[in-house]
Amino acid sequence: MSKVHVVTSVNGEPREMLCEPQQSLLEVLRDELGMTGTKEGCATGDCGACSVMIDGRLVCSCLMLGVEAEGVDITTIEGIAEGSTLHPVQRKFLEHAALQCGICTPGFIVATKALLDRNPDPDERTIRYWLAGNLCRCTGYDKIVRAVQDAAAELAHEA
Amino acid sequence: MAEARDYRAIGTRPVRPDGVDKVTGRANFGADMNLPNMIHGKVLRSPHAHARIKRVDGSRALEMPGVYAVISGADFPSGAEGEISGEGGGTVSDLAMNIMARDKALYHGHAVAAVAAKTAFLAETALELIDVEYEVLPPVLDVDVAMEPGATLVNENQRTRGNESAGPSNIAAVTKFERGDPEAGFAAADVVVERDYRVPTAHQGYIEPHACTASLDEQGRATVWCCTQGHFDVRSMTAGVLGKSVGEIKVIPSEIGGGFGGKTVIYLEPLAVKLSELTGRPVKMVMSREEVFRATGPTSASHCKIKVGAKRDGTITAATAWLAYEAGAYPGAPVGPGCMSVFAPYDLENFRIEGFDVLVNKPKAAAYRAPGAPQSMHAMESAMDELARGIGMDPIDLRLENCADEGTQAPYGPVYPPIGIRKCLEAAKVHTNYTTPKAEGTGRGIAAGFWFNIGMQSSAEVRLSEDGTVTVMEGSPDIGGSRASMCLMAAETLGVPYDVVRAHVGDTESTGFCNVTGGSRTTFATGLAVVQACEDIIAECKQRAAATWDVDADQVDWTEGEAIPKPGVNIDVQPLSLADIAGSMGRTGGPILGRASLNAQGAGAGFSVNFADVNVDQETGKVDILSFTAIQDAGTAIHPSYVEGQMQGGAVQGLGWALNEEYIYDDNGVMENAGFLDYRVPVASDMPMIDTQIIEVPNPSHPYGVRGVGETPIVAPLAVTSNAVSDALGFRISDLPLSPPRVLAAIDAHEED
Repeated sequence: MSKVHVVTSVNGEPREMLCEPQQSLLEVLRDELGMTGTKEGCATGDCGACSVMIDGRLVCSCLMLGVEAEGVDITTIEGIAEGSTLHPVQRKFLEHAALQCGICTPGFIVATKALLDRNPDPDERTIRYWLAGNLCRCTGYDKIVRAVQDAAAELAHEA
Repeated sequence: MAEARDYRAIGTRPVRPDGVDKVTGRANFGADMNLPNMIHGKVLRSPHAHARIKRVDGSRALEMPGVYAVISGADFPSGAEGEISGEGGGTVSDLAMNIMARDKALYHGHAVAAVAAKTAFLAETALELIDVEYEVLPPVLDVDVAMEPGATLVNENQRTRGNESAGPSNIAAVTKFERGDPEAGFAAADVVVERDYRVPTAHQGYIEPHACTASLDEQGRATVWCCTQGHFDVRSMTAGVLGKSVGEIKVIPSEIGGGFGGKTVIYLEPLAVKLSELTGRPVKMVMSREEVFRATGPTSASHCKIKVGAKRDGTITAATAWLAYEAGAYPGAPVGPGCMSVFAPYDLENFRIEGFDVLVNKPKAAAYRAPGAPQSMHAMESAMDELARGIGMDPIDLRLENCADEGTQAPYGPVYPPIGIRKCLEAAKVHTNYTTPKAEGTGRGIAAGFWFNIGMQSSAEVRLSEDGTVTVMEGSPDIGGSRASMCLMAAETLGVPYDVVRAHVGDTESTGFCNVTGGSRTTFATGLAVVQACEDIIAECKQRAAATWDVDADQVDWTEGEAIPKPGVNIDVQPLSLADIAGSMGRTGGPILGRASLNAQGAGAGFSVNFADVNVDQETGKVDILSFTAIQDAGTAIHPSYVEGQMQGGAVQGLGWALNEEYIYDDNGVMENAGFLDYRVPVASDMPMIDTQIIEVPNPSHPYGVRGVGETPIVAPLAVTSNAVSDALGFRISDLPLSPPRVLAAIDAHEED
């Protein structure tokens, strides 16, 4: 099977890639573009470790084909910090010890950014339901939820 | 003797040194490794739970363009000898057969062949062209059935250890502990409770699937990159399976995306090395989530019987435990520690404990956080709840009445040094969440937890750079923030700021031997090595200062990160800081490094008390955790946020096991829920905040009083949930999980009675 030429944008930069028709966007990001910050935990859309934003919308990159990325804007974990400045969500995850092993962290941070972009003042219940598509086996979620609350507060203060 | 005292660094909550890499996606985990010319390996797995393998033929697969090699059991040496070191235990021979079946496939998902191809997709396609001829055999899938006389045998050559003359059996081993006269004790009791408890097979559920990359050079030396809890143990296990010496294998650990015991053993590494040897190219192997469920992990399903008797005043007069654990396809269920932990919180005069390690056609059990303790202590702590109701006593008071203390002989033998169970119970009794009455219609449950914790072997080197920064090199994979703990202990010992210390996890050739990150040993044992290596540095720094000042080294003190003359030493000099000494070390004798290696003793047992309030929906059977409080003795909390994180994460893992997690098999032994959609681990919306209270009863065997904290937290939540649900319903459900269909069925059955 011949590969498909796809023109897309990743973290604001135009990118061209050659995708096998069956390759998921996750596989293309990791194996073709070498962007391994996005993780595979299940490849069935159940764990959220592969979360990216497509035109600002949160999706599991394992559930989307690479060829479907033609003409979209993809945001991955590598695009959350601005240069050498961490995004407040990243900083709050560190300050609150909201990660232990760190494998789910890229997905949680992308998902949190997607939440706060659309709802800058979520209550605890909203945070927990929004993040219910992201599995963390280490933290029990407590410190993650607190980090999200604190990041929201800081972003609100900055605004 | 360590005592609670004021520290400068220990007890603070700085950002972990590897943190930035983990929030930016820069950190490299097992599947993130890529090498030039690399190809990909995939494993063909048995579709049968029990089958004789008559023939494996890879010739059709090899004809496919882009397929480089096919291997099966015949490609591995037979008759591997020896025991596996580290936490998991078992023999090299069983390990070798578990990762590549020989004559028989013993569970659905058992590896029977592997292929290397240009891409992972091609490799997977090629698996379909490997021809395997099976003779399907009936599986044995339940511990009770497997123990019956005449049961189908998982292994026709398996005999019961110590009773070999009795003939083949699925019972691989029997463990017994006894003290006093249990029968006389029961006769003297006013109230006796007796019940059976079943806990299902559960998986560790780490989010990162197993992954490794292997590359063999022309001299036959292998380099293996993998995600593991212990790369030195990967090296010895891989060598054992392949018949190589450990000197021929170098293992480089990646970051590890969770393990919980499940990454203390190996599955892929020898296959990748073998495929690399055959193809002359680096081979990467990554499991799918389905493979993780079918072929790795899980922990034992169990059937436990507990009988406990007490006087009206709460004094326990006797207790017995009968514990049968599923080992999976090879011996090695964690029933030994299950036996040793079942009565650990209590001071008992009369007891008997029997444990059975039983083969079934399921994946070989791997360590899972406090291996064996959640099952047996779920039973005992449920029985304690029933006993408290039977004599009309508060469940905390009943536990306080029988509580073990320093000097108590533990049921498993040793006399306890200072332990924290009483303080945990006392803290629970006065905790606001406990003194506040539960809401109308809800249930409250409480239980104790315990884990031995272990010491074992660790090494550390500490090096000074010329600007005074400190490099800590050790060999314990950082699974939950241990680099931060190492830096804090080094900063405390040296008297320097936390942020001048950097901790690194070295590979098998760049640092000294360390056992696995397991047994809650890392902060204790590797931490001890780091502290001792720092003391080595201090001794050398005092020498350098003494030489600079032209005095003897014993006339120099080290305090607050500086060399100063001892009181009474009459010289007019300025203190020399660590940075001062490091800056001039080239002129005062050369580079400064400290080192330590040890086999740590006195890990110090960890105890906890947890309680929760739950709501049970009578119409759906759904259990909601309304609040959860975890109280645990940490000895000394080096980085309290990561101690709390262990307590919270362990609590939620335990709650997942209690509420929903279980392997569901069909009659043929095929797991029906091998994915995160149907094997349901807790998600954020299932859980409340997990309140924590750290108790500090310093461990006298560690200079800062550390005792392990990682495993104890998973133990109590199982019985906490059972006890709370029983409180809410007014009757007891003794088996787990307390999933909606099971709870609803129990409510319906109770209403019919």
